[in-house]
Amino acid sequence: MPAFADSNGRHAAAVTPRIAVIVFPGSNCEHDVAAALGGLGGAAELVWHRERSLAGFDAVVLPGGFAHGDYLRPGAIARFSPVMAAVAAVAAEGAPVLGICNGFQVLTEAGLLPGALQKNRGLTFLCTDAELRVTSDRSVLTAGVAVGRALTIPINHFEGNYTCDASTLAQLRDEDRIVLRYAENPNGSVDDIAGICNEAGNVVGLMPHPERACDPLLGSGDGAVLLASFLATAGARAASADSAA
Amino acid sequence: MPGFAGVGPVPGSVTAMDPRVHRALGLTDDEEATIRSILGREPNHLELAMYAVMWSEHCSYKSSRLHLRRLPTTGERVVVGPGENAGVVDAGGGVGIAVRIESHNHPSAIEPYQGAATGVGGILRDIFTMGARPIAVMDALYFGGWDEPRARWLIEGVVSGISGYGNSVGVPTVGGEVAFDACYAGNPLVNVLCLGVLPLDRLVLGKASGEGNLAVLLGSSTGRDGIGGVSVLASAGFTGGSARTGSAVDGGDGEAHVADGPSSGAVAEGGDDAKRPSVQVGDPFEEKRLIEACLALLDAGLVVGIQDLGGAGLTCATSETAGRAGMGMDVDVDAVARRQAGMEPFEVMTSESQERMLAIVTPQNLDDVLAVCARWEVRADVVGRVTRPVAVPAGGRGAGSTTGGAGGADGGSSGPDGAAGRLKIRAGIDGPVLADVPAASLSEAAPLYDRPMRAVPPPTAGGADDPDTVAAPDASAMTRDITQLVRDPAWVYRQYDHQLFLNTVVGPGGDATVLKLAAPGVPWTGGGVVLSVDGNPRWCSLDPRAGTRALVAESALNVACGGGRPVALVNCLNFGNPEHPEVMWQLSESVDGMAEACQALEVPVVGGNVSLYNESAGRDILPTPVVGVVGLADRLSSTPPGVSLVDGGVLLLIDADSSDAPRPSGLGGSRWAVECRGLTGGVLAPVDLDAHRRLLDVVVSLVTDEVAGADGNGGAPANRIAGIHDVSDGGLAVCLAEMSLRSGIGMHVRGVAGHASLFGELPSRVVVCARSATAAAEIAARANGAGMTVTELGTAGGERLVVDGPTGGSRAGSGGGLPAHLVDIAVGDLVISSRAWWPA
Repeated sequence: MPAFADSNGRHAAAVTPRIAVIVFPGSNCEHDVAAALGGLGGAAELVWHRERSLAGFDAVVLPGGFAHGDYLRPGAIARFSPVMAAVAAVAAEGAPVLGICNGFQVLTEAGLLPGALQKNRGLTFLCTDAELRVTSDRSVLTAGVAVGRALTIPINHFEGNYTCDASTLAQLRDEDRIVLRYAENPNGSVDDIAGICNEAGNVVGLMPHPERACDPLLGSGDGAVLLASFLATAGARAASADSAA
Repeated sequence: MPGFAGVGPVPGSVTAMDPRVHRALGLTDDEEATIRSILGREPNHLELAMYAVMWSEHCSYKSSRLHLRRLPTTGERVVVGPGENAGVVDAGGGVGIAVRIESHNHPSAIEPYQGAATGVGGILRDIFTMGARPIAVMDALYFGGWDEPRARWLIEGVVSGISGYGNSVGVPTVGGEVAFDACYAGNPLVNVLCLGVLPLDRLVLGKASGEGNLAVLLGSSTGRDGIGGVSVLASAGFTGGSARTGSAVDGGDGEAHVADGPSSGAVAEGGDDAKRPSVQVGDPFEEKRLIEACLALLDAGLVVGIQDLGGAGLTCATSETAGRAGMGMDVDVDAVARRQAGMEPFEVMTSESQERMLAIVTPQNLDDVLAVCARWEVRADVVGRVTRPVAVPAGGRGAGSTTGGAGGADGGSSGPDGAAGRLKIRAGIDGPVLADVPAASLSEAAPLYDRPMRAVPPPTAGGADDPDTVAAPDASAMTRDITQLVRDPAWVYRQYDHQLFLNTVVGPGGDATVLKLAAPGVPWTGGGVVLSVDGNPRWCSLDPRAGTRALVAESALNVACGGGRPVALVNCLNFGNPEHPEVMWQLSESVDGMAEACQALEVPVVGGNVSLYNESAGRDILPTPVVGVVGLADRLSSTPPGVSLVDGGVLLLIDADSSDAPRPSGLGGSRWAVECRGLTGGVLAPVDLDAHRRLLDVVVSLVTDEVAGADGNGGAPANRIAGIHDVSDGGLAVCLAEMSLRSGIGMHVRGVAGHASLFGELPSRVVVCARSATAAAEIAARANGAGMTVTELGTAGGERLVVDGPTGGSRAGSGGGLPAHLVDIAVGDLVISSRAWWPA
């Protein structure tokens, strides 16, 4: 179990990207994300939501779960957690920021990604495998992954039905920011959207859980493709930060 | 609130109280007399309220305790047996498995979402109170059916309650079962099992030792929700909506009777709906923080003992922790944080507000404990202190020397010189004493009833309801029957997060769930834990003893099919009204059957729960013992074969029965007989437990070759088996159909004698899909060597499920000589029909 970071000082081996996994009260996928990133060569550390600095981290993951109980609506309270100002700051600096499931919901509530996630079309929670297509490689999650590649990655959500207004959707399409689409839309998301990125491509949100698909013993290794891409970007950033220093 | 309304607190302790007071609280006159004798004086209202909840059927097991003693509870892997919050099994390598199952039937019948949700919350607390991280929930759900709006409200409410609470509290729901019978229409069953993993050196028990140590209440504030949950709600039956009339029912030796009649406010006034305020309301977000805070406290070694607050609330937690340690406790009722203004002490002491824990800590560690709680944003208040035992006051008889109204009492624990720990409820920690009782008397001196029993005669063989007497159905009827019996429960389990913690190797929907044995803080070392939850009211109603034996055997076989060696069992005994002698007989027989099977299979019982008064409108449910069997797999390197097929695979039936002696058809108590033909009689096929045990060994060794490698140490899998599935509910027909359903592959099976061979539920059988003829020969040799009978059924492949009758039969319209199809159905059609049962 990774220990909570004390937020002071970066560790010596800078070639291994150091990833902050944000833990809100009610988050529950933080250990899984940290384990999956660790298995792919990243150094993941849990960061409590009251931290105000993300100095020394090369990338940030907002994991799945139910931050603040999802009370009011998913992400609505988490966006006010102290750590979110730091997340916005590093995102503006170009650091890779990944929101998985509840983390995606938090990013939309925080205004770091456009649109919103509403209740699934069928009005039930859905935990099942989803067939995905990589539809853009201009994000930190899909850089280097062939567009059109099929991936099997589980979904696990009640509010995963992505929605946005028509002009936002047009913009997402025009700017090639829809990074993942469902092959068979499970939840009613507009344009089959499973994941999007910001204009710069460094902030990505997706509803499927890549950390649950990093071990063939658990059914699929396809999630490792995405997380490896994310780590590679973070690693390159770590290396450049080191050489600049 | 029902049962308590209009009864104010009565200060002092000398004036005899109106007998309506204790009756309204659910205590009998005899029980009230016992309390007087324990105290050596008149109890006051607060004391009566505390005894009433602790001596309820739900908390005291007063009708079942006598019988539960017959269950085998020890074994070399058992670290903690029944009686604590959860059983603990040694899984090797310093890792323990904590497991428990509990019912939340009555609350779920009244308010399905919150009833089921708080059932999950309660069982989780039982697990993490032992120091274990909860990693898996499983549910056994029994409903009446979909045929009316209320039924749909119940099913959707229960499933979404489990989903809503379990998913957001962050514990995966990895499997379970869902079954339907009209007897559950007014009283559904919601049994929830939780399994946790702990480093054994973190194990902490619910003991309040050490004079001067502090009792710290963690978590939620205390409100008026759930007052009387254990007594008013869980320990009485449902009337079916209307008010109940006031006839006292004899129990025990004819004197004791459970609260009933006009004085029983909740039951008599307003019917079932009036009980809704006795259902608790859950907050999974609070529970999630509580889990993290408690595990952090235990990791840091900051607590002496810890216990959850469930049924009977603070009264139970304070009296049990003190009682187990032989100590007393002063509780400052004013220090308990309240959700509502104006709560009386009896309300604070009996509230079942959820998401609360009681930690016993030394004064030196208090600041650290408060800091950990603040870190996790969990409320913590010192509400009491541990006191040493004191001499029993003159006239009082202490905790251990009472006799219940009927049948005597268990021994209590008192100090070496007869001193007993006193539980004192005070207004202010040094303030006036509001209640003063021997702590252990609340649990250990609870009445113990040897209720009368009356055997239910077995159905007459050859009677009108015996499925062996009906004419054989034709092929189209059998095909229709299969589509009726095969249901894909994905509608239920896809609403549950069943993957969190990255442990789920085989998820819901198969014979057993297979998990990596790991948790945050407990790294994976290569082993697996295999779990199955099963009940079978059809078998148990035909013969509760033999039915329960078969049930335990079948559950163990499920676990074996997942590659697990069964090592422990937990049970939830769901029965009707214990005041009905037939129900007590069913319970007693079922316990005996379970004991016999557990002994023969060497699977000790490490925990259990009894749910009685499952009745509505005067009708008891079918006897429904539910068991959860835990198995261990030493090495988990490949995914177990599971319920599957491979194109071209050879289908084998392995049957533990190798004698030539005639057997029943297995149609008695079968799903086909009951659900397709409405025939509830007949003869139940017996289980040969010795042969069954040999079957378990063969199956475990065959599956181990697939998951641990043929070298047993993570090497290449033997690759002999593409699929394995035990033959149980629905017989061979449903077993084969489920293998086709889950793989999308058809099969051609030959030489099946007829409908009895297809639908009969003979025990101790598995179907294996061997990858090749060579593999089939190796498997058959292994099974034959262990005394099993192996039959080649046919081959897997194609898009249709086809079963032929014996060669030499006649095919309709084609003259003689060719085998007749008994069943012929497209796998695609089976997929559609298996989902049609559930809502879109």
